[in-house]
Amino acid sequence: MSLYTRFPGGIHPHEGMNGKSVTAVLPITEPSQPARVVIPLLQHIGAPAKALVKKGDSVKMGMKIGEPAGFVSASVHSSVSGVVVGVQPCVLANGQQAECVIIDNDFKDEWVTREPAKDPEKLDAAALSALAREMGLVGLGGATFPYSVKLMPPKTKLDTLIVNGAECEPYLSADHQLMLSKAKEIIEGTKRMQVAFGIEKVYIGIEKNKPDAIALLTKLCADDPSFIVAPVPVRYPQGGEKQLVYALTKRRVKTGGLPIDKGVLVVNVGSCYALYRAVYEGTPLIDRVVTVGGCVSKPANYLVRIGTPVQWLLDASEGLLPQARMMIYGGPMMGMAINRTDIPVTKGCSGITVLEKKLMPKPESACIRCGRCITVCPMLLCPSDIDKAMRKGDFDAAEKLGAMNCLECGACSWSCPAKRSLTQSCKTCKKVITEKRRALKRKEEAK
Amino acid sequence: MLKKLTVSAAPHLHNHAATTQHIMLDVVIALLPTAVAAVWFFGGSALKLIIVAVISAVAAEYIWQKITHKPVTVSDLSAVVTGLLLAFNLPANAPWWLAAVGSFLAIILIKQMFGGLGQNFMNPALASRAILMLSWTGLMAANILPHAGLWVAPAAVDAVSVATPLAHGATGFTLWQLFSGNIPGMLGETCKITLLLGGAYLLIRRVIDWRIPLAFIGTVAIAYFIKTGTLYSVESGAQNVLYQLLSGGLIIGAVFMATDYVTSPITGWGKIIMGVGCGLFLFIIREYSSYPEGCSFAILFMNVLTPLIDRFTGSKPFGYEKPVKPAKEAKA
Repeated sequence: MSLYTRFPGGIHPHEGMNGKSVTAVLPITEPSQPARVVIPLLQHIGAPAKALVKKGDSVKMGMKIGEPAGFVSASVHSSVSGVVVGVQPCVLANGQQAECVIIDNDFKDEWVTREPAKDPEKLDAAALSALAREMGLVGLGGATFPYSVKLMPPKTKLDTLIVNGAECEPYLSADHQLMLSKAKEIIEGTKRMQVAFGIEKVYIGIEKNKPDAIALLTKLCADDPSFIVAPVPVRYPQGGEKQLVYALTKRRVKTGGLPIDKGVLVVNVGSCYALYRAVYEGTPLIDRVVTVGGCVSKPANYLVRIGTPVQWLLDASEGLLPQARMMIYGGPMMGMAINRTDIPVTKGCSGITVLEKKLMPKPESACIRCGRCITVCPMLLCPSDIDKAMRKGDFDAAEKLGAMNCLECGACSWSCPAKRSLTQSCKTCKKVITEKRRALKRKEEAK
Repeated sequence: MLKKLTVSAAPHLHNHAATTQHIMLDVVIALLPTAVAAVWFFGGSALKLIIVAVISAVAAEYIWQKITHKPVTVSDLSAVVTGLLLAFNLPANAPWWLAAVGSFLAIILIKQMFGGLGQNFMNPALASRAILMLSWTGLMAANILPHAGLWVAPAAVDAVSVATPLAHGATGFTLWQLFSGNIPGMLGETCKITLLLGGAYLLIRRVIDWRIPLAFIGTVAIAYFIKTGTLYSVESGAQNVLYQLLSGGLIIGAVFMATDYVTSPITGWGKIIMGVGCGLFLFIIREYSSYPEGCSFAILFMNVLTPLIDRFTGSKPFGYEKPVKPAKEAKA
């Protein structure tokens, strides 16, 4: 029996070798520095940053190398000190090319002058938002939404702040280990947001499979009655924003809306820590914790400089095991499969997961209408119908079926006995429908 | 090493413990005790019919897929389930060719001609049974008295005709007879013990949902309680709730037929409507038509309504809020 509401749907995915049980107990370590980092100027949702450096420039650690271009955008900083050897397009995890700043590391780790914020206790929302824009803060849970926008003074009053430490994605333990090693800092960072927004209640939502993190944070929050450490059931996708809001506050975020509409601000634990460092040290976001798990010789949680190529992490973990068949940038449910190792770690990368042969996908067969996808869908959609509409090319029908509400968690595909790629169909529908809406808007504007 | 890596769409984990084959295997396992009971009560002829029906169902699927150059999918075991269910819908004294014809009708006419697994709009075994009933009414009469535990060779079946429990003016059967299956009837519908055992297995394995069986059986129970007002009494003969629940094809229909994924609604409320609808039609056919039993027709009727039910019971997405009507605000 849990104190908290059960969100609809959800699954318990099984892991293969070196899953959470292995990585959860590995403290964060720092691998040796890469000789060269590749820092993409687009590591967030929104417009790519504009490069501030050119080939031959020497840069220091934490130096701003990308200026936000547009309202929804974020700064990018150098994660090493050294010399820029080029600003050119490189392939990222999603297979697309994006402009990247390539820097040769001089291994001196010379920082730029960092200035902690004056009067951190008195920062208001506008000041935090400006700081987030300057320091390149984005949501570190995976969506990489710029915090300059998230922390804008809201139009409606916010009453609840939820710190998302659920980490429901299989294999990943980055947030778990961060909570264990930087608990005080996370709480301090959270308090800055609490004060800035005048929030009464702060929940720290953690899945029950992290009892050590729950115990530690409960102890540290004991003297502040506004903080509640909430152990939530272990069920994927418990860490989904709307799911966690519902579990903790019983509020249903409106379809197409944001938690802010319901007076709730949801932030990832990693982002709280990043905010702490930005406020108290003046440190921009230049590194993050990455779990390397699954079919590797030495699974680990690494503190990784942004821009470190995946190969560097694999080398630190002593390579793939012979039975490895799939390498994933991120977690196995929502991450992207990659087949090259020159891809750099970005702000949104919480893990490198390697899966073995026996977990590989099986060929798809006919839908038998068993309804499992409906039972597990946390958004109460009917993925099999959306899939059928997509295959027919009937995107209007898919839109009516609510395809735009899909959060791409992958629960439907996971549970499908016919192994149909339902999640992918929903993603395709979302893309096509978004394109259609944009085209319609352009047409109307042209009138 | 890198060349060996697969690149595919997320999610990359799949529930390999649940495949179509696993689900069908679970249904076969759930049906096996009933098959044993059928052989126990009706002897070797039952065994013969079950074997013929299963083999012809699988053969029909294989032959059709070969002829039409489609991938052969007999390994998904769905044809085995259809064959078993068809055999369970035959009387013990049916000739072997009836089982073969029934299986071919079920697989080719009803399943494959409409697009194969997942596409048929009626339960293949039930639709085939309906065709057989209309075409060979005499051969499909289930009025053989069981041999109660004695092994009887197929050839030695002597047709001791009695009225089925639901036939008008039937001689009374005790509740235990009805429950254990020691009554005349179709092969698979008589033994309620094994049917309920199979149903429990499917529920535990989460192959079927509780909604359809419960709504189906519950509706029949309520309808008969309203009509007769008695749960059970010997004097009331067939006119009481328990006698009606344990007679005819209600239990096998509610557990194994109405819950067929392909031909039942996928939404939660749709499943309840399916169960209630089946129960009402069964009651109407049993009481007000010239057929003594109407389980298969009730289910077939609801099968046809399934797409409509699904359409009107689809849930709204999580967080859906009714749009505020601006017209009303303007008036105020």
